[in-house]
Amino acid sequence: MFGSYEFDWSSIPGSLTFLGQGLMVSLEITALAIVSGIVWGTLLAMARLSSIKPLAWAAAAYVNLFRAIPLVMVLLWFFLIVPKFLESFLGLPPGSDVRLASAMIGFALFESAYYAEIIRAGIQSVPKGQLAAAHALGMSYPQAMLHVVLPQAFRNMVPLLLTQAIILFQDTSLVYVSALADFFGAAYKVGDRDGRLVELVLFAGAVYFVLCFAASQAVRYYQKRLQTA
Amino acid sequence: MITIDKVSKHYGNFQVLTDCSTHVNKGEVVVVCGPSGSGKSTLIKCVNGLEPFQQGDIHVNGTSVGAAKTNLSKLRAHVGMVFQHFELFPHMTIRDNLSLAQIKVLKRDKDEAAEKGIYFLDRVGLKAHAHKFPGQLSGGQQQRVAIARALAMDPICMLFDEPTSALDPEMINEVLDVMTELAQEGMTMMCVTHEMGFAKRVAHRVIFMDHGKIVEDDNKEAFFANPRSERAQQFLAKILQH
Repeated sequence: MFGSYEFDWSSIPGSLTFLGQGLMVSLEITALAIVSGIVWGTLLAMARLSSIKPLAWAAAAYVNLFRAIPLVMVLLWFFLIVPKFLESFLGLPPGSDVRLASAMIGFALFESAYYAEIIRAGIQSVPKGQLAAAHALGMSYPQAMLHVVLPQAFRNMVPLLLTQAIILFQDTSLVYVSALADFFGAAYKVGDRDGRLVELVLFAGAVYFVLCFAASQAVRYYQKRLQTA
Repeated sequence: MITIDKVSKHYGNFQVLTDCSTHVNKGEVVVVCGPSGSGKSTLIKCVNGLEPFQQGDIHVNGTSVGAAKTNLSKLRAHVGMVFQHFELFPHMTIRDNLSLAQIKVLKRDKDEAAEKGIYFLDRVGLKAHAHKFPGQLSGGQQQRVAIARALAMDPICMLFDEPTSALDPEMINEVLDVMTELAQEGMTMMCVTHEMGFAKRVAHRVIFMDHGKIVEDDNKEAFFANPRSERAQQFLAKILQH
């Protein structure tokens, strides 16, 4: 099947540091997108469930917009637009490397649309009586959400949030469009340099598989424990 | 203590409450009964503003519930409410269930709130369960915790919305006993309930509702001996048959 192609893995050991740095970039983007996605997603979800109509519409428009366009395009736009914006806004010298920042912002804004939908479902999974009981005890709406509704919503959502995080980690490979050396980008660069693209892409795929599979097994384990608890 | 004055409420075209007026004096126990869908739960939820209403007004201890400038949270902090489905917070221990609003709403410090919580937990006979989660208690126990949680806020009156309707028969009495004790101590209470035995023993007055209207509002002797409306007579005949 591979014909006369001979595999040569020798360029990998020497590049492990570079690849490791790439992996760190991927994990950094993932972590930041998760945190900001959950925070911003929670606010979007609450806005969407709000009885203040314009707020609900604005949040719905945001969520529908980002869910209807491909991530790679969002990243490309942010790669093209955000650096210019940051340069003028923060007074950076032209040509500063803000690729990481723009990739992170792009991810955060995109993923929050998905997180918002998960969190909205989570909030709706908490019985209405809980909010009524918190109100009846004199709690304000923010207090009731913070101490009563959201903790229960998040507990119900943990498996879904983690699954989304795994998808997100895989999606970070798309930052290659901005020539950022994330893990996939780093592997591609090494392969390109040494003429060993096939080996490096296979290696990168194996690493993604091991990490994501391990993480999804952990989610399954957690889910089982949640069900028996 | 509680004055309900010509309150009407509708959802779209559906009239839930029509021109309801009554009052509950300090230290009085008033039972609200009636067939399901008669609006009795809605009426009691209007008292602390959990349900908005379109016409009329309700005053609790002189504060208007309907007025836009009223701070409802402040009012509710001192009006205890007990729900049909307990509504304890399942992600917290019983102790934390009792302390949360004391700390966040009344700004009591942690120790004071915990102490007060334990005191009321002891009063409903559940001190030994403070460290447990609501899911580990029976329905009757959960409802007693819910009553203790409301009492820990030092309420000026208590509202009960069908507190025993979701309970197994053998657990009803433990909850009614707590309520009876509370009534005997002079707590002002408004109770939506089908427990006519409780009404006969404990209530001062009975309100009978049907189709969103208050049909009878009388002291309990008169209500049970001689209900004036035909609808109340039918209701009592059915409910007291067994």
